[in-house]
Parts: sequence; structure tokens; C-alpha cells
Amino acid sequence: MSYRQGVFVCLLLSGLFAGCATIPKDAFKLSPTSLEERQLQSRKFDTLDQKLLLAAGAGVLQDLGYNIDESNTTLGVLTASKKADAKDTGQIVALVALGLLTGTMTPYDDKQKITLCLVIKESLDDPNSSVARITMQRIIWNVQGMISRVESIKAPELYQVFFDKLSKATFLEANQI
Amino acid sequence: MSIRTCSWLAVFLLIIAGCATQNQHVMESGSAVELRSFQTRAFDMTDKKKMLNAIIATLQDLDFIIDKADEDLGLVTGTKYSGYQIRMSVIVRPRGETQLAVRASALYNDKAIEEPMPYQDFFTALEKSLFLTAHQVD
Repeated sequence: MSYRQGVFVCLLLSGLFAGCATIPKDAFKLSPTSLEERQLQSRKFDTLDQKLLLAAGAGVLQDLGYNIDESNTTLGVLTASKKADAKDTGQIVALVALGLLTGTMTPYDDKQKITLCLVIKESLDDPNSSVARITMQRIIWNVQGMISRVESIKAPELYQVFFDKLSKATFLEANQI
Repeated sequence: MSIRTCSWLAVFLLIIAGCATQNQHVMESGSAVELRSFQTRAFDMTDKKKMLNAIIATLQDLDFIIDKADEDLGLVTGTKYSGYQIRMSVIVRPRGETQLAVRASALYNDKAIEEPMPYQDFFTALEKSLFLTAHQVD
């Protein structure tokens, strides 16, 4: 095979593979840090009244401007979402600078939809407590209205803010697990 | 054939073709039996609520947000965003007197996942959460 034929075959193969949407291998695998993340996302409350925690959680989310999308008391699930601004001055400045250099302007982030999910269940190691766990994710759109990013939000300081509010709303202490 | 007849025929064919092929997808599926076996596992337990709680916890561990949870139907639906989108539905139903059957189905960027590996990984994570072994279902 000549060099040119080789290049052609390589291009053809990469084209074929690019066409198949492959699922990332780790999409359904527990990450090595999943236990640590679970601990960061969870707090233990000294009550067995899971309805109280869920109702208080709904109140906190409403205070934060979220709309409740799904709730299930028996399974202790609450999902809520809101749209918010996603403009980041740092990113805009960097992209404008890059645009001046290259002559093409990359669209910057404009809006985001944040979804939060609160799950309450009985504590496995303490029969008198319940555990609340919060997880978050978002979709970000750029100024052209196209999705620029979809991601999980992993920010311990945000979990802390939420649990502080939940703690105040229930008059119960939020303990680390 | 005149140009006029030709164009009418073309329009007619377009309408027919559109309907037939688009409707064909409404009830179509891949190899249903094989897919079902990838997607289903049986567990030696009968507590449906405990199973649903474990599924919710596993989905959270895998960075999913729970979109829907219904205890009566034994259904949990979740979405994961991580540069891509995965939507997953999991259904729990009794299997005989002593077991629960769990069936998961997922979409990767809105396309059905028909490979065994992702489901295998999900059930491995669920096993860990339940401290139970998942049995292959025929």
C-alpha cells in the first residue's frame, strides 16, 4: 500500500468510527471518588419524619426560585429546576480577546437550566436518623441559543449552602455522614 | 408523461413514502429478546420499596438526576449530563414468589443503547448498593 493509500484508508476508518456514537466506557461505572462524593452530597438529620424533611426541602427550593418538577413522598424524591443567567465576565473577556486574534468570534455562554434532586431516606447505620442527599446538574446555552455544555455540578460549597438552609427550615442540625 | 403528471406523481410518492417509513419506526425495535436479556436481572428479594431506593441511590452515585419516581408502577427515570446526555428508565416488578425483576433501558444522546456492557455496568453498581447478586434472566 502506498503512503497515499494508507492515508486514505486511515481517513476512511476514522470517518466510520466517528459516525458511530460510542458510549463512554465509564458512563455506568462507579467512579473511584463516588463514595467521597456521596458523603459530600449527604447530611444526616436526627428525625425519622422524612415528610418533614421533604416538605422543608421543597420550601427551601422555592425560596431559591426553583420550580418543583417531581415529588414522591414514599420514595423521598424531590426534583426541581430553574433557568438562570450563565454569563461569565471572565469567559466573555477571554473569548473577545481570542476573537480579536483569530478574527472569528466564539459565542459565549448566555443562559442555563439548573436541576436539583433531593433524596431523603432512612439512615442505614442509625435507626433514628434520616439522610438527605442533593445532586445537581445543568445545561448551558450560548448566545446563539445552542447548547454549549451539559454537566453535573459538583461544588461542596453549594451543598453546604443548601443544607444550612434545610437545617434552619427544620430546626434540626445537619450532620456530616 | 407530461411534466404536470410527473410532478403530481412525485408529490403523491413523497406523501406515501413519508407516512410509511416514519410510521414504521413507531413500533419497531431491535432484537427484542436479546435486548430484554441484556436489560433484565433478577434479585433474590421481594421488598420493592427497598429496591427502588437502591436504584435511586445507584443512579445518584452515577451522577443521574431523578426525573420521575413512582412506587406503584415500580418506575424510576433519571437523566445524566456529562458532556453527553443519558436518559434511563428502570422498572421493578415481582418475579415469582421470591424475586424481583429489574429492567433498565437507556438512551444515549436520544438513541437507544442496545449494547450489553452499559447495562452490565449498571447492574454491577446496583449489586454493590444492595449487597446482592444479580441473576441473569432467560
